[in-house]
Amino acid sequence: MTDIEPDDTVDAKGATCPGPLMDLIGKIRSAESGDVIRLLSDNDQSLTDVPEWAEEAGNELIAVEELDDHNAFYVEKA
Amino acid sequence: MTEHVVIVGGGTGGTVLANDLADRLEPELDAGDVRITLVNDDHDHVYKPVWLYVPFGQRELDDGRRPLEDLVDDAVDLRIDRVSEINTESQQLESMEGNDVIEYDYLVLATGSTLESDQIPGLTEGGHNYYSESGATDLRDELLSFTEGELVLSVIGTPHMCPAAPLEFVFMADDWLRERGLRDDVDITYTYPIQRVHGNPHIAEWARPIMEERDIQVETFFNAESIDAEAETITSMEGTELDYDLLVTIPPHSGVDLIEEAGLGDDGWVDVDKHTLEAEAAENVYALGDTADTGVPNAGSVAHYQAGVVGQRLASEIRGRPATATYDGKTLCFIETGMDAASFVEFDYENPPSPAPPSQKLHWSKLAYNESYWLTARGLL
Ligand SMILES: Cc1cc2nc3c(=O)[nH]c(=O)nc-3n(C[C@H](O)[C@H](O)[C@H](O)COP(=O)(O)OP(=O)(O)OC[C@H]3O[C@@H](n4cnc5c(N)ncnc54)[C@H](O)[C@@H]3O)c2cc1C
Repeated sequence: MTDIEPDDTVDAKGATCPGPLMDLIGKIRSAESGDVIRLLSDNDQSLTDVPEWAEEAGNELIAVEELDDHNAFYVEKA
Repeated sequence: MTEHVVIVGGGTGGTVLANDLADRLEPELDAGDVRITLVNDDHDHVYKPVWLYVPFGQRELDDGRRPLEDLVDDAVDLRIDRVSEINTESQQLESMEGNDVIEYDYLVLATGSTLESDQIPGLTEGGHNYYSESGATDLRDELLSFTEGELVLSVIGTPHMCPAAPLEFVFMADDWLRERGLRDDVDITYTYPIQRVHGNPHIAEWARPIMEERDIQVETFFNAESIDAEAETITSMEGTELDYDLLVTIPPHSGVDLIEEAGLGDDGWVDVDKHTLEAEAAENVYALGDTADTGVPNAGSVAHYQAGVVGQRLASEIRGRPATATYDGKTLCFIETGMDAASFVEFDYENPPSPAPPSQKLHWSKLAYNESYWLTARGLL
């Protein structure tokens, strides 16, 4: 378990690719610099999509938490 | 007791469903046991695929409009009005024009997509689109006199209507400019928000080499953040800036506000069971077409197939039988690859698409489908 307190959470469980990444991008778009967004996704593709995009956009992926049936990604907006 | 089915939205999904139900439930309608109301906020039915051809001067807006009255079975009560509130507890709707509330036993939401250009600063002033009637004619006026410079097509966000249409536009523009001897003077750039050129990996894999062959430049991981209409630049959240002379965008989309206000789903898309199309958050409510969040493309073919499923399920429920029809994710799309060639894909939840080799025959099939669409809307095809 992480003790990171997200400013907002996007629940994209059940969504197929590229839904989870697009949901995250949508949330980051309206977030303030320094905000941490938590993305919940059960799509395996997110394990590569999210880190690749975060790096490309200069946002920081500060943690990935493996939960029972999904993963939680914590991304801090630059 | 009369059962009242209310369909909101008289686009592809709502119109096909209204006609499907009128046919299926003819005995019950004749006996007065069932009433069907279709509510749409425009007198006309609009067939949006025509808009792709308008900027190239090949179709007129009127080719995509017909009075709903001519398309919908007489047994259906047609109401031209805009629904402004949904109350799923009391099973009632409120509308803008009528002072009365509309009570329903079964509600089907087929309200489609709304463009949200305001989400991106500068988009309304700097960007053109062919995703609305006014957008398509404005773009036509620009494109017909465009002879040199940077043509940028930017897909801003997904989901959006017809995921094939951005690819079709750049393929058509490339071919059209070549035919007119202008291609050497025009650079074409295509941008997409994720790391490939299309949401579906199989279609992306097919399209990317065609883009390379045709010298269409590609920028992936490009999420437009702002547009400077004065300086003619578009900047992404990822920090890339592109100059343009003509900017064509696929604006951000959402569903309609009243869906979120009714607690049926986020951003105006209804959360549904992707097989039964029943709303997750309310009883006796279905959604279909663009507004149903199933993960399949927002396409007219999807709305058409889903209307058949909802029609069968509603008829079963009204007759007191178990509803067994389900939607398997079936999607059909013709993809124009130039001015006289097209490909075709067919897929569902289980089977991925495998695009057909582009041919003139498929192009003519797409045009023939567009002409025969009015029979589809009437429920005859
Ligand atoms: C340029 C372009 C090209 C396309 N090409 C293709 C193609 O080749 N093949 C394909 O399959 N699909 C294509 N599509 C997509 C297709 O047009 C849509 O997916 C399809 O129209 C969805 O049908 P629908 O019934 O969900 O919504 P729509 O057809 O959009 O209908 C929604 C209706 O609801 C009405 N409405 C909304 N809110 C309310 C309210 N509150 N009260 C009353 N009425 C309301 C609207 O006015 C509208 O009439 C294309 C779309 C575009 C923009």
